[in-house]
Amino acid sequence: MRKTFAALAALALCFAMASCGGDDKGEPTTDPGTADKPFISIISKGFQHQFWQAVKSGAEQQAAEMGVEMEFVGPASESEVEQQMGMLDTALAKNPAAIGFAALDSRAAAATLTKFKDAGIPVIAFDSGVDSDIPLTTAATDNKAAAKHAAENMCRLLDNKGKVGVIVHDQVSKSGTDRRDGFLEGMAEYCPDVEVLEPQYGGGDQAKSADIAKSIITANPDLTGIFGSNEGSAIGALKGVEEAGVAGQIKLVGFDSGKAQTDAVRAGTMDGAITQDPVGMGKAVIKAAVDAINGQTLPAFIDTGFYWYDSTNIDQPNIAAVLYD
Amino acid sequence: MFSAANPDPIQDSTAVVTPEEKQAGIWKQRLQQLLAFAGLLIIFLAFSIVAPTTFATYSNVMNILFSAVVIGCLAMGATLVIVSAGIDLSVGTGMALCAVMAATFMVRWGLPVWLGILLTLAFGAFIGLINGTAVTILGLPPFIATLAMMMICQGLALVVSNVAPIYFDPVDHASYMWISTGNLIPGSGFPNAIFVLILAVVVAYILFNKTILGRYDVSIGSNMEATALSGINVKKWLILIYAAAGTFTALGGIMISARLGSAQPATGAGYEMQAIAATVIGGTSLAGGKGSVIGTLIGALIISVINNGLQIIMLPQQWQNVVLGTVIVVVVFIDQLRNKQAKAR
Repeated sequence: MRKTFAALAALALCFAMASCGGDDKGEPTTDPGTADKPFISIISKGFQHQFWQAVKSGAEQQAAEMGVEMEFVGPASESEVEQQMGMLDTALAKNPAAIGFAALDSRAAAATLTKFKDAGIPVIAFDSGVDSDIPLTTAATDNKAAAKHAAENMCRLLDNKGKVGVIVHDQVSKSGTDRRDGFLEGMAEYCPDVEVLEPQYGGGDQAKSADIAKSIITANPDLTGIFGSNEGSAIGALKGVEEAGVAGQIKLVGFDSGKAQTDAVRAGTMDGAITQDPVGMGKAVIKAAVDAINGQTLPAFIDTGFYWYDSTNIDQPNIAAVLYD
Repeated sequence: MFSAANPDPIQDSTAVVTPEEKQAGIWKQRLQQLLAFAGLLIIFLAFSIVAPTTFATYSNVMNILFSAVVIGCLAMGATLVIVSAGIDLSVGTGMALCAVMAATFMVRWGLPVWLGILLTLAFGAFIGLINGTAVTILGLPPFIATLAMMMICQGLALVVSNVAPIYFDPVDHASYMWISTGNLIPGSGFPNAIFVLILAVVVAYILFNKTILGRYDVSIGSNMEATALSGINVKKWLILIYAAAGTFTALGGIMISARLGSAQPATGAGYEMQAIAATVIGGTSLAGGKGSVIGTLIGALIISVINNGLQIIMLPQQWQNVVLGTVIVVVVFIDQLRNKQAKAR
C-alpha cells in the first residue's frame, strides 16, 4: 500500500515537472566520434547565469556559421573548481579538435592543460586568463578597464562630490577583484574628492546585496552613489535603495546586463551600467579555436570589449546587440 | 486533521514522558528562550552603543526584521523537522524551486495571484511529502533523503525555469510584490513581509504547541520506538511533519520571489544552513525531542541583527561569518553546559 503510494507520489512529481518545463528544448546530443566536422569542447564557469547563456548562444551561432560541432558545459556554480577540473578530464577523453576554457581558478588547471598540449589539442582561454603558457590566446573583457570606466561615469554623475558605496560579487575571483580594484582606481583618479566606502561583498545574491545596500544607506545617510559589480549586486543595490525609500536620491551604476538591469536603466531607476559583450566572447572563442585548428597564429589577448549604457543609448543598435536578457 | 478530539495516547503512557518530566521540559525550554532573548538584547544593545545614530533607528529595525523574513519562514519548517530528530537540508534549494513554481503558475500559466500562492504552498507540502516518504517508507536517513532532495530541487529549479530568472509583471502581479514590500499601514515604513513572518510564527506556534502534530513531533523526537509502541502511527505523522516543513519552505520561496519581483533559480543553496543555525541558536536540539518556535524566531533575529550590525559598523565582510559562527558555538555550548548540569542533579 505505502510503497504504491510512494511510487505514485514520485511519478506525480515527474509529471508535474515535465509539464512545467514545457518550452524546454532538448539538447542535441553531439557524438564526437562519428561527426566529420571538427568538434570543439567549451568549458565555461557555469551555465546558470544569463551571461553564460549569452556566451553559449554566441558560440553556437559562430559554430553553425563555421560548420563545427561544439558542446558547452560548466559546473553547477562558480565555486566548483574541482567539478570543473573533472569536466576538463572528460573533455580530454572525447579527443576534441580544440577546447575553450574559462578557468574558475587560474592556477588549478595548469596540470590538466599540459595533457591537452601533449595530445596536440589547442586550448583557447576565455573570460579569464590561465597562469600558464599553454592557451594560445585569451578572449576576455578587460574587467579592470571596464570597472574604471564605470567609475569615470559615476564621477560624472556625482559632479566630483559625495560618498559612494561599493557592492562586489566576490572577493576571491579575478573578475571580482579586478572590478573592485578598477573601480576604486578610477574613483581615485577621476574624482578624488568623493569618499569611497569599504567594499562589501554580497556573493552576487540579490537579497543579500539588497540588505547590504540598506545597511550602507542606514550607516551613511549622506550617501550619494552605489556601484554594483555584477548583475546580482547591481539589482540588489537597486532593491535596497527602493526598500529604503531613497529611490532617485542615490546614483546607481551597475555591471553586466540581464532583463532586470536593462529595464531599470531604461526606466532611469539605474543611472547606467557597463556591459561586456558575451555573445561576441562566445563567437571569439569558436573563431579562435577554428583558426588554431587550421594552424594560424593567434594574438596573445583578444579584447572582447565593454560598453557603457544608460537611458540615452540603450536602444542604439551597437549597444542593443550586446545586451542580453 | 489535527483535532484534539482524538484520544491522545501520550497522556496515558508513562513510557514516553511523565508529567513531571514534561513540566521540567517546559521550564527548561522557557529558560532557553529567555537565554536566547537575552542574547538578542545584549547583541542589539552592543550595536546600539557602537552606532547609536544609525543602528538603533526605527527604519533600521525594520531593515533587520525584513531581512529575517525568508530565513525565519524556512526556519519554522526546519524546527518542526529537527524536533523529530530529523534534518531538512532541502529547505534552501526547495525555496528556490518553490519560487520558480510560483512564477510558473502566475507568469507562465497566468493564474491569479491567490491561486498561484495556494498552488505554491501545496507544491512545497508535496516536496515535504516526498521527503517524509523517503525517510519513513524507504527508510533513508533524513540527512541523506533531504540531501538528495536538495540536489533534485537545485536541478529542477534550473530545468523548470530554463536556466533563467522568471520576472513577475509589475502591473499584473503588483499584488504579489505587495505581499513583501507593500505597506498595509500606509506611510508606516512597516513592510508587509514582517506581518507574513508574524503570521508564519503564529501558525507554527499553534501547530507545534496546540495540536497533536506538535505533541507527536516532540514524542517521536525524544523516543521514536516508545512512541510507536504506544500505538501512534509514527510514519504517518513524520510524513505530515515533513509536509508541514515543506509548506514553510514554499512560504520562504514566495517571500523571496515577491521581494525580488522575480524567481531566481540559482539562489537558495546555503539558506538551509542559516535556517538550521537559527533553529539551533533558538534552543532546538539537533538530537530531537526539544524545541521552540519562539526560540527559532529569536535565533533568526539574532542572525539578522548580527549581519545588519556588522554591515553598519562596516566590519570587513570576511569577518562577519566568523562572528556569526562564533556566536553559534557560544550559544549552543552554554545550552549543552546547562543540560549537563540538569542531568547531573
